[in-house]
Amino acid sequence: MPVWLELVVRLAAVLAAFLILPLLVGQTEHKVMAHMQGRLGPMYAGAYRGWAQLVADGVKFVQKEDITPAAADKPVFRLAPMIALLPYLLAILVIPLGPGDLVAQPLDIGLFMVLAIVGIGILAVLMAGWASANKYTLLGAMRAAAQLLGYELPFLLAAASVAMAAGTLSLSGIVEAWQPWWLLWQLPALVVFFIAGLAEIRRPPFDAPIADSELVFGYMTEYSGLRFALFLLAEYAGIVVIAALTTVLFLGGWRGPFASEELGWLWTLLKVAAVSFVVIWLRVSYPRLRVDQIQKLCWTVLVPVALGQLVLTAAVTLVI
Amino acid sequence: MGTTYLADYATLGFLIVLAVMVGIAALAANRLLRTQAPTPAKELTYECGLDPVGGDWAQMQIRYYVYAFLYVLFAVESVFLFPWAVTYRQAGFGLVTVIEMAVFITVLVLGLGYAWRKGVLRWQ
Repeated sequence: MPVWLELVVRLAAVLAAFLILPLLVGQTEHKVMAHMQGRLGPMYAGAYRGWAQLVADGVKFVQKEDITPAAADKPVFRLAPMIALLPYLLAILVIPLGPGDLVAQPLDIGLFMVLAIVGIGILAVLMAGWASANKYTLLGAMRAAAQLLGYELPFLLAAASVAMAAGTLSLSGIVEAWQPWWLLWQLPALVVFFIAGLAEIRRPPFDAPIADSELVFGYMTEYSGLRFALFLLAEYAGIVVIAALTTVLFLGGWRGPFASEELGWLWTLLKVAAVSFVVIWLRVSYPRLRVDQIQKLCWTVLVPVALGQLVLTAAVTLVI
Repeated sequence: MGTTYLADYATLGFLIVLAVMVGIAALAANRLLRTQAPTPAKELTYECGLDPVGGDWAQMQIRYYVYAFLYVLFAVESVFLFPWAVTYRQAGFGLVTVIEMAVFITVLVLGLGYAWRKGVLRWQ
């Protein structure tokens, strides 16, 4: 295969994953939430159990009027949804789906790049909240910025623990070095990483920046039409990326009890789906944390636990 | 794919270009398909249907800046932590390297402990 064709195929695969997986997670969220709450959820679009609901939503959003408030800082306001999407698209590039060549672009500092890029999300939220020139969006953006800054730390530290254990920053290398007993030994890091990841993508119970009962809709209040849809897409893409990172770093990626080589991609997808389900489950189960509770959990629980895990990891890797 | 080290990052560059093109295409489709009838009422700042009270930017108490300070403290640490995490087990490093990093992190933890004792982490 010529180089340019391979490049096109790989980029198309990344784009397809970025557009399709979030829709699957979104549709699952509609249905899972509905059934957990004793409802049916969408039932009409697409004739069979509302499978096409999000496609219908997309068609609706693209036809909607695009309102930019008169008081807004217009270029920044219009740019923010694009910036919100970018980190998750770029992150998918280096996440391995299966062994060998089943990764869009293997990078030897893949983990470091993903962690750096996910941080761009803060910028988009601040841009959206500030440029909207609305009290509620500004409050939401400030809350989000404080939350994202804080949770970046346990997120990084938990990931560093895995990098230490595997001795590499390549995501494929980490999966190859992974052993089943890491589930036990890296459990604190797994829990910290997952909770911090939830906070990074501002999912309930960490959705104080959006908090529809206090702040209208947080930093997204002034958005409508396609730009609002892009923010929603970013949220679901965020679930996919956090679930995929949790899978690759802590749950062994494509490694399964059998046929890891042939069916590796299926194991990865199954694990990502399972972690995404837990993300949805938590949204239904837990009430929203207050802003001060969010900060307290981060600084007095997650950061110390993550630091303790670093000590444990260093000790164990030196002994064996 | 590529043979040189930087060729790996060319894919990243192409993906950014692709992302910009997809974004432009989506907004162009939106521009073709949407209705556009702006009125002053529509473009008013949204405050739950009431006329906006006060100016555009609200005055607020910034309680968050301390967290930003704390973050900078640890963000620098994490930048040093990742290269160290890859090399500390290789030949010629070992226990001494781990102790060096432990000293570095302990200093930062002392900073966090100090902030904790001073009540910075408590919402007042």
